[in-house]
Order: sequence, then structure tokens, then C-alpha cells
Amino acid sequence: MSRYDWLLFLHLIGAFAAMGSVVVFSVLMLGGDRIAGAQLTFLGRRLWDVGGLLTLVFGIWLALDDYSIVDGWILIALVLWAIAGATGVRIGMALDSGTATERLRPLYAVMTIAVVALLVVMIYKPGA
Amino acid sequence: MSIAAVRPDSWNLPLVLHVLGAMVLVALLATAAVVLSLALRSDDRSAALRLAFRTLLIGAIPAYLVMRVGAQWTLSKENLEDADFTWIDIGFMVSDVGLLVLIVMTVLTGMASRRVRRGDTPSGLVRWANALTLLLIVGYGVALWAMSTKPV
Repeated sequence: MSRYDWLLFLHLIGAFAAMGSVVVFSVLMLGGDRIAGAQLTFLGRRLWDVGGLLTLVFGIWLALDDYSIVDGWILIALVLWAIAGATGVRIGMALDSGTATERLRPLYAVMTIAVVALLVVMIYKPGA
Repeated sequence: MSIAAVRPDSWNLPLVLHVLGAMVLVALLATAAVVLSLALRSDDRSAALRLAFRTLLIGAIPAYLVMRVGAQWTLSKENLEDADFTWIDIGFMVSDVGLLVLIVMTVLTGMASRRVRRGDTPSGLVRWANALTLLLIVGYGVALWAMSTKPV
């Protein structure tokens, strides 16, 4: 297996974890917070920590190795990653401090859109 | 710098569905695993088991279907339906056995949820369901490795 294969695998593990964070936050928003709030918040936060780090580190490594870091679709992805990261961290901290999930819905919507858009940009690679 | 391959546009939608379905499926399995673990020691086992059951029935099974339909559609677009590649075989094996395991653990969780409402303590059922959930997550990890590194 080539280095590209391994980098892609590690990048995808990160992508699965990042999307996993959105899904866990979705379960919390849909009422899971009343039953397993602390446990699912812990899971969602750790998934974002791992997913955010792996997607960024191995994504940039892939970009430097096999694409160009200044490609439009990579720059768009970096902006989306920053939006998802900022909202994801804020949602996790707010859930930890006991903020009602109803008040977090706008942030959650932004995070969800950003992460789904990241997936779409990664697959369609507009402009590549 | 080498430029990695860019696939034809017509392959992208099926691939998005396949990957999105797989991501949601694995995340819901992780959610179910956490909630099932909680059900073993929670004061309100009934609520935890109901949440785990709904997570699997309303979330994981539809996500599986999206993943599987996306996979078949992608194979069809890439003209790989009859191809004999190890990475495709691994994908089929994990997803086909995975569906069976997913159904079994959903049934186990549903049975445990019913028994708790009748006042029983179905720890064995919950432990089995939890173990199968973790096994499935490992299986999908192997599938992810095969899909991304594509061993021939």
C-alpha cells in the first residue's frame, strides 16, 4: 500500500469521527440528553476532538503530497472545517455546562451544514 | 507533486450517499453502544433501552440501507459489479453479515426493552447486544480500511 492509501485511510477515520460527532449531537438534540446527556456529550466531544484533528492533519498532508494546498476546493474545505470546528467545540462546551439543547439548535444547524458540505466538497472536488 | 485521480462527476452522488450512510451508521452504532452500556447500570434502564432500540431501528437500519444502496449504485456506475477485487469482497462480506448482526442486535435490544417494562432485568440480552454493536464497529473499521486502501 502506498503512502497515499494510508493517509487517505487515516483522513477517512477522522471524517467518520467528525460526522459521528454531528450524529451524536443530533441524538442529543432529539431528546437523548434527557436519558444519556453526560455520556453522549462526552462521546460527541471526543469524536470531534479526534475527527477534527485527524481530518485536518492528514487532509493537509494529502493536499501537500497529491494536490495543491491552494486549490479552490481545498481552501473551501479548510473554511468549512474552521466553521465546523468552532461550532462543534462551542456546542460541546455548552452541553457540558448544562445549556438546554433548544438554545443550541442554530449552532447545531451550522455545524451540521458545514460537515455535510465538507463531505460533498471532498467527493465532488469542485474545480479540481 | 503527483495529482491524485479525479473521478467522473456521475460517480459522485452515489459515492456521497454511500459514504454518508456509512458514517451515520457507524456513529449510531457508537451511540447505541454507549446507551446500552448505560442501560446496564442506569437507574432508568427502560428509558436507556428504549433510546438504544430507537437508535438502531429508526436510525441505524435506514442508514445501512442508504450505505448499501449507495454502494451498489457506485459499483454500477464504475462498472465493477462483476469485478473480483478483494476490497469489494470485504465490503460485501462486512455489509451482508453486518445486516444480519444489525437485525439480531436490534431484536435483542427490543426484547430487553420489553422485559424491563415487565420488571425483569435482561442483563444478558443487553450484554450480547452491546458486544455485537462493538463487533460491528470493528467490522466497519476493517471495511473502511479496505475501501480506502483498496487491496487487490
